[in-house]
Amino acid sequence: MIGVDDLAGLLETLCPMFVLINDAGRITQVGPILQKLRPDRPMAGEHFLNVFELQRPRSVTNLSTLTSTPGTRLHLRFQDAPRTGLKGLIAPLPGGGGAVINLSFGISILEAVRDYALTSADFSGTDLAIELLYLVEAKSAAMEASRSLNLRLQGAMLAAEEQAYTDTLTDLKNRRAMDHILGHLISMKSSFALMHLDLDFFKSVNDRLGHAAGDHVLKQAARIMLEETRGEDTVARVGGDEFVLIFKGMTDRNKLGGIARRLIQHLSEPMQFEGEACQISASIGTALSTQFDTLKAVDILHAADLALYAAKRSGRSCHRFYSEPSTARHPG
Amino acid sequence: MHGLINRAIQSFVCATYGSKSWLRATQAAGLDFDEFEAMLIYEADISTRILDVLCTELNRPRAEFLEDLGTYLVSHPNMEGLRRLLRFGGVTYVEFLHSLDDLSDRVRLAVSDLELPALELREHAPAEYQLHCFPGLPGYASVMTGVLRAMADDYGALVFLSHGGDRNGAEVISITLVESAFSQGRQFDLGARGA
Repeated sequence: MIGVDDLAGLLETLCPMFVLINDAGRITQVGPILQKLRPDRPMAGEHFLNVFELQRPRSVTNLSTLTSTPGTRLHLRFQDAPRTGLKGLIAPLPGGGGAVINLSFGISILEAVRDYALTSADFSGTDLAIELLYLVEAKSAAMEASRSLNLRLQGAMLAAEEQAYTDTLTDLKNRRAMDHILGHLISMKSSFALMHLDLDFFKSVNDRLGHAAGDHVLKQAARIMLEETRGEDTVARVGGDEFVLIFKGMTDRNKLGGIARRLIQHLSEPMQFEGEACQISASIGTALSTQFDTLKAVDILHAADLALYAAKRSGRSCHRFYSEPSTARHPG
Repeated sequence: MHGLINRAIQSFVCATYGSKSWLRATQAAGLDFDEFEAMLIYEADISTRILDVLCTELNRPRAEFLEDLGTYLVSHPNMEGLRRLLRFGGVTYVEFLHSLDDLSDRVRLAVSDLELPALELREHAPAEYQLHCFPGLPGYASVMTGVLRAMADDYGALVFLSHGGDRNGAEVISITLVESAFSQGRQFDLGARGA
């Protein structure tokens, strides 16, 4: 049987955050690291519960109840700031006369090393604290590297999506594709017609029957436009209910007028969506590449836009060609 | 090859020789990108190609180049996080040396797909050690020589390192600890996370 002093000697090596208390619950000795946390306040001689607040088990208010149940797990924190949380395990001394309480930081280790400037030498050789701190830093660094990779991949994904040339809803070409094709035709000095088509009453379908109906109508409209155009023509969705159609090599007003008429006619036929009739129509403005001396993409798009608004002013379901301003009205 | 290793080479070259050197090397090595991602895996021959090109362009023997890379990994401010992780190995340089036996396990604990060759420290006489670097990563012993030298400075220890030849397939680094507290060394504050 070893004496209390010998026991304290052993504990200093094995568990440097031990507390020895006597029958009255007063601290008789503490481990060197525990004392290091309160360098200006010797713990020996104080009542245990004056130094530490017992958080769990909650029902217990005096230590003698605890010392009679070996192996009780304690949750404690310091009564004064910094109020570091501690875990504890209580073991009554054999033959009575007090108990040993072994303390450790548990999860509060991260704040504790900062608050008390602890070093590796402050932990016993079997304590996993250093490994825990190592892991936290290593995992944080690895997580940060993964996170930054994720952000870059997300950026690349968005760029790729933006670059893709397809409108995902209708499978038509998108604005970017249309710009590309238009630029190509202009640089090749090809002649072509450009139609700007706007669906009429689309918004009311969307408002009345919801987005699913709106999407259905857009898909049907896309199908109709593909049916009414040739394979070499371009049909692009350039806005919510706006489309641009490019007819390569075609500048014949009669033919274009016929196409526009058929487009409007078919788009005006009621479409069914879940038993509901969706009634839309279309307005179209057309500009010809031959209407410009020096052709620029922005100019022909603008011209088709002007023609579209002329069509809209004439009432819905109309088609108008762009009429160039006469030099007489715009001198200089 | 793990992206972290390629990224280490990239970071070392950019910090030491400038990013233009790095861009030239990626082009000469025929890579179709100029930045390695730390958390992706690359073909092993990509690393070999870029190292070959770098050593030729910079006119440096590969062992020397890799040793400087090892020193960079510990001593450059860019790499403070890595230095800290290594300092968790022990309070003194000798403790750090002994912790190298666990290095590959520790690394795998942090990044599960990063496999580094096994290391084994043998003590031959007081202050005389040999570090056996087992195969798996060509040039690892050279990098470790740089790491050992820089960590000695970090701990304030004075050491003498030399290449101890090959033994049973392992490359051997001979370490003579002249003085363990030769200089002040650098601070290691356990709580200075993310510094």
